[in-house]
Amino acid sequence: MRMPPQPLTLDGLTHGYGAGLAVDNVTLEVRGGELVALLGPSGCGKTTLLRIIGGFVTQISGSVIIGDRRVDSYPPNQREVGVVFQNYALFPHMTVAENIAYGLAARGVSKALQRERVAEMLATVQMTAFAERKPRQLSGGQQQRVALARALAVRPRILLLDEPFAALDKNLRLDLQIEIKRLQRQFGLTAILVTHDQDEAMSIADKIAVMNKGRIEQLGSPIDIYDDPSTLFVNSFIGSSNLLAGTIERLEAGTFGVRLDNGAFWPVASNRSFARGDAVFASVRPEQLTLATAEAPGRFPVNHALSLPIGGMLLHDVRETNGAKLKVAEPRVPGTSLSMGGAAWCGLAANARPSLFPRP
Amino acid sequence: MAIAVPALVAPGQGERVDWRLAAPLGLVYLGLFAGPLLLLIGISFFEDSELAKPGLASWRRFWGDAFYRGVVVDTLRLGLLTVAATTLLAYPLGLVFCASGPRVQKALIFIILLPLLTSVVIRTFAWIVILAREGVINNTLIALGLTSTPLKLLQTELGLVMALTQIELPLMLLPLLTVMRQIDPNLIDASRALGASRWRTFFRVLLPLSIPGWIAGATLVFASACTAFISQSVIGGASLVYLPALIWQQSMVVYHWPFAAVAAVTLLVSVLAGISLFGALERAARTR
Repeated sequence: MRMPPQPLTLDGLTHGYGAGLAVDNVTLEVRGGELVALLGPSGCGKTTLLRIIGGFVTQISGSVIIGDRRVDSYPPNQREVGVVFQNYALFPHMTVAENIAYGLAARGVSKALQRERVAEMLATVQMTAFAERKPRQLSGGQQQRVALARALAVRPRILLLDEPFAALDKNLRLDLQIEIKRLQRQFGLTAILVTHDQDEAMSIADKIAVMNKGRIEQLGSPIDIYDDPSTLFVNSFIGSSNLLAGTIERLEAGTFGVRLDNGAFWPVASNRSFARGDAVFASVRPEQLTLATAEAPGRFPVNHALSLPIGGMLLHDVRETNGAKLKVAEPRVPGTSLSMGGAAWCGLAANARPSLFPRP
Repeated sequence: MAIAVPALVAPGQGERVDWRLAAPLGLVYLGLFAGPLLLLIGISFFEDSELAKPGLASWRRFWGDAFYRGVVVDTLRLGLLTVAATTLLAYPLGLVFCASGPRVQKALIFIILLPLLTSVVIRTFAWIVILAREGVINNTLIALGLTSTPLKLLQTELGLVMALTQIELPLMLLPLLTVMRQIDPNLIDASRALGASRWRTFFRVLLPLSIPGWIAGATLVFASACTAFISQSVIGGASLVYLPALIWQQSMVVYHWPFAAVAAVTLLVSVLAGISLFGALERAARTR
């Protein structure tokens, strides 16, 4: 009796609170069984978008299609949507088992079937021993599991996750991310995850929609978004990156010769079009830069200020001669001590693929 | 404007409380409240108005007479009816309050508090104008053709409950709204997303979570309505007798202090019984 994964279509959704639009003409197609992360800074409209899908907020225009149903006129209780809230929103006056049974009871499921389904869901999230506890007697992670079980018990068409890991500490977060991914696969659920944490989006989403000012700036797989950000905003929001100002000096097929303001000359591949003399930013990830002691083509002089060992990596904080800060990450050679301070040459690491953006 | 219900917070473990801080107020209470109360209880065990003959005759006369027993029942029923009416009015307003933005909430709190700025005596006399034969209600009903003869509202329990409901409503609303405002709005969204209708969400989530506020409000309204001497006398008139008026009549007109003391102790005990009933309701709701 399990439903096949339901696709979700958002068609030209617009919503505004007072001045400005919180959600500005958003169109998004999510295939059945896919987990799409809505990623963006606070105030980008991602939570409003989630609340529109859930039916808690009514859009000004556009529509939401879940499976084969246009649900715009449906109240939240008829949309068959499972929601996991940031603070879990467990009913504090009910036990864990009563919380999980709540949606089943609301649908008029028989007591016997409720008990069966509650036992099954408790086992699924490994919370069987806690059935008779009240939510306040549970840790954050345990509450999270109950909230998931409660949302999944009613077999929703889609699952909406509103910053579900924000209140958890780091170790627990990873466990629950894996858990949610596992359950989402197991139940064949289409899911929307709202988050401002790019690592979270990168690790569990099939696709990421990066949002800014109510619009989707880029939709793509986590790897596409990281390696080939389509706008300067996406570039700076996903991962950390260094922006180097320069000018297009030479044009070849698919490759631009960029003269950086610091003097170095980089050939950069890009599928965007630029003309000779265009002002650009070359964006490089810290791990795509490397430090050297000798001058060579493509290198520019820097002052090495500080090195931080971050696990297996060394993060160097370096300054260009004009004072601009750059971050360089290199694999740490075990056993070597840090060489602090002094002049060095900074250049592209092997296989580095900087991105080019027009510079306003 | 913030409203707060005093919370009884147990001192943290290991934290020492210096009880001497409570001494000034404690002594005042001891001298001006506990002392007279004991005196009152003592007086009730005399049989004659000269306080010469100790005995249980006053108690026997009070509880042996169906009229006085009826007065006790009427007083408690007045309290319960007022609690019921204020509850029915307060919950819808509470829902509006929770759904409103902060600016509307502030305006609502102001409107709720506004009647408290007027003396109970003034508000009670205003109700005479509203409830009278030629009053606002009767004139409106006659103009609408809903009745041809004016309804008798003054000196009836219905009219008194209407007036007391308006007078006591802030006492129900303030604690109830304070508690309802603290309910996480996500709980309502969660309930709706799980397939519950608005009514189911109200009865299964909002109502149980707001019970502590309702208990506080109901306690205040009940105690206040049972003992509302002015409103009871002015609107109820001579035809409706409640315990406060009985106490006044026995002590200030008849000068039979032992009998008045019996009525006073009865009023105190029955109001406390009503209040502990609400407390028991809360415990039952919490352990359910």
